[in-house]
Amino acid sequence: MKATTRFGIRSLLAAALPRTKAPYSIIQQRRYSTPPPSAKLNLPTDFSTTPLLAHSSQSALQNPELPQEIRNGTTKRMNLFQSINDALALALAEDESVLLFGEDVAFGGVFRCSMNLAENYGAERVFNTPLSEQGIIGFAIGAAAEGMKAVAEIQFADYVYPAFDQLVNEAAKFRYRDGSEGRHVGGLTVRMPCGGVGHGALYHSQSPESLFTHIPGLRVIMPRSPIQAKGLLLAAIASNDPCVFMEPKALYRAAVEQVPTAAYTLPLSKAEVLKEGKDLTIISYGHPLYTCSAAIAKAEKDLGVSIELIDLRTVYPWDKETVLASVRKTGRCMVVHESMVNAGIGAEVAASIQEDKETFLRLEAPVLRVAGWSIHMPLMYERFNIPDVARVYDMIKNAVEY
Amino acid sequence: MNFLRPGARFLRVQLVTTTRCSVLQTGSRRRASSLSQKPGAAGVRFPGAVDSKFTNSLSFEHPATYPAIPTYQAMGPDGDIIDSSFEIASEEIVLKMYENMVAVSIMDLIMFDAQRQGRLSFYMTSQGEEGTCVGSASALQKDDVIFSQYREAGVFMQRGYTFTDFMSQLFANNLDAGRGRNMPVHYGSAALKIVGPFLPLPSTQIPQAAGAAYALKMQRLTNPNIPARVVACYFGEGAASEGDFHAALNIAATRSCPVIFICRNNGYAISTPTLEQYRGDGIASRGTGYGIDTIRVDGNDIFAVREVTKRARELALKDGGRPVLIEAMSYRISHHSTSDDSFAYRARVEVEDWKRRDNPITRLRKYLEKKGIWNEEKEKEARGRIRKECLKAFAEAEKEKKPPLRSMFEDMYEELTPDLKAQMTELRDIIKKYPDEYDVSEFEGGIDSLSR
Repeated sequence: MKATTRFGIRSLLAAALPRTKAPYSIIQQRRYSTPPPSAKLNLPTDFSTTPLLAHSSQSALQNPELPQEIRNGTTKRMNLFQSINDALALALAEDESVLLFGEDVAFGGVFRCSMNLAENYGAERVFNTPLSEQGIIGFAIGAAAEGMKAVAEIQFADYVYPAFDQLVNEAAKFRYRDGSEGRHVGGLTVRMPCGGVGHGALYHSQSPESLFTHIPGLRVIMPRSPIQAKGLLLAAIASNDPCVFMEPKALYRAAVEQVPTAAYTLPLSKAEVLKEGKDLTIISYGHPLYTCSAAIAKAEKDLGVSIELIDLRTVYPWDKETVLASVRKTGRCMVVHESMVNAGIGAEVAASIQEDKETFLRLEAPVLRVAGWSIHMPLMYERFNIPDVARVYDMIKNAVEY
Repeated sequence: MNFLRPGARFLRVQLVTTTRCSVLQTGSRRRASSLSQKPGAAGVRFPGAVDSKFTNSLSFEHPATYPAIPTYQAMGPDGDIIDSSFEIASEEIVLKMYENMVAVSIMDLIMFDAQRQGRLSFYMTSQGEEGTCVGSASALQKDDVIFSQYREAGVFMQRGYTFTDFMSQLFANNLDAGRGRNMPVHYGSAALKIVGPFLPLPSTQIPQAAGAAYALKMQRLTNPNIPARVVACYFGEGAASEGDFHAALNIAATRSCPVIFICRNNGYAISTPTLEQYRGDGIASRGTGYGIDTIRVDGNDIFAVREVTKRARELALKDGGRPVLIEAMSYRISHHSTSDDSFAYRARVEVEDWKRRDNPITRLRKYLEKKGIWNEEKEKEARGRIRKECLKAFAEAEKEKKPPLRSMFEDMYEELTPDLKAQMTELRDIIKKYPDEYDVSEFEGGIDSLSR
């Protein structure tokens, strides 16, 4: 965390002189989360080797959830924002009723997810909105109510709260209150970048999924990778239920894999077993899956255990069956998520496990959680707040040594 | 539609005026609303529009029907005072304002580059808006309360926030009042009575400012020894699209709050130009719609901004209090932030053109030079001195330790909860158990602060 010594005060002095050209030569962001050189566990994720990404076309197309014609097709290397861009382009091309809008969406979005879409699909269908989240979501609900597929972007999940009323009291209740009239706003998909990136602090790091999972009527999804993001987003847009689609923004550029080029969907409300194991089940979703994967590799080596890793993918309504079947098999379980531990997804999953009689009887250790502390994301302390490999590794030890 | 009639811009809603002094008589409005039509009157006193006259001409009102609200200017782009009777502040005040604008611009250059060098994660410059911030702050009293957004370094500078204060916040060090928790540019100061900033959504401060102003008004009602105070609230034209803005103006008007809403209309909300932000006559036209005294001012003219704020302050305190809206026009020469490259959505030449044509600093400098109180030599001396001060604070702040680790758990509640205490212990134990995985040396007190 020491300041870069390469650039002295002298260079800043020069920088303070009037200039005509912006100094873009050195573009780097200070990371407040650099691990110490002695670290063996808390190393940055190596996205080029992680088993969670399809590094070859072959491994991408092996995915049994993909339809046969997709598996016979081609792939392209994409990062997460490119795969989302690809999904949005395919949705816009396929269905005239798809609309895409939000703050700064027209020029490509602040995270570049909507690049070239206004140019290719027209300013009537892809457009900027004034700065008003409640306006954006209310507008999207209205459009969906009249039969459009409205894909609304909230610039950061941290900004979604003015739209809470529209989401909770309107989107989630629309079908329920309309009863036999049968109208609904299933055409609504709300996209929002979420999670920590190392320097977002209180207002650019939040992961408020459990605020939405408490609201029946909304389907809440968080993809872990480019392949998943494309398939799940297309499924969300196609779904006849309103969906909240949360994109881990730390993965936008970092997670790169081979992604099938054609349009495909992946199942909503279906968890995926990423790695089979016999002694412990780890349940997670989104960005922390990479942390879990690294901790599992180390723990399996050090402790001689075998660990199962499950990605919930849709955090509500979630896939209990897959989770319970796994825990019945392993007898031990822990849940890992980035957002605060209190009243989080982990609480819901742990409670469901212990109240299922058959699963409860198989438990050999308490269901454990590794999650963010019950605080807001503090700038200087982000690396102590987001679950890291050491904390997950330590909790694995606690679980298997119980 | 009387509010929109040219010349009747500052017309007050009579009902509001009559009840203005009687904040405690909540029933008075209801009585006023039930007035019935007088025989032979040309208008009907519908409770929702008491001055509306009947007409048999069917026409829709459109903003284009009325000329745009004019932009008040005291000093032209060449530094000449337009109206010779215009009263200018003392030389000392003017020079202080000039130096403060220069100080902000120098700090901006240094910190923008420091961000590019990776020495801090984020920064926002105020280029083009120094006049709006410094000018308006110069017209406020030290007891006035300020609600800032995030591009008001000039307000802080004018109010006496030091380079050490700025740098401590920017480097999130042990002297940072925010205890290392906030992103850079999240300045705030209880001593200087500046609440803020409000980065999550740029508008959350606006209704809060109305409430704060109401508090000041109520406090003075019960204790006349307290000086009369106003709240000044800053925000951008993009923020004025949020529901918060509309709620704020309306509630401030109905509760007659002594608040000055200062909108920095700089033409862009990140990439979104004003044409995609609104279709009316700027933000000012909304003020009259809410029954609020409103004025538009040239933000590049620091004298005009200062004068307008001074008058707004007087108005805000008149007759028990009322809100005032100032729309300060400028151009955002800077990128939105260091995370933004604005040339992705606007032409470089547009920016260069604005930069060259007019900005608040060069305009005031022209005035000062014409007056013979400023020259190249003084400019060089001032810039050198300010730069040195800024860099000294920079170097010291960068060296300073970070706040104790414990600070991540504190201030969630007045006291640490049992839950938080347990979490703090859990973190301490993990760090102790895996010492190679954590570097805690940069934090004041290392791991020990987690044990207290």
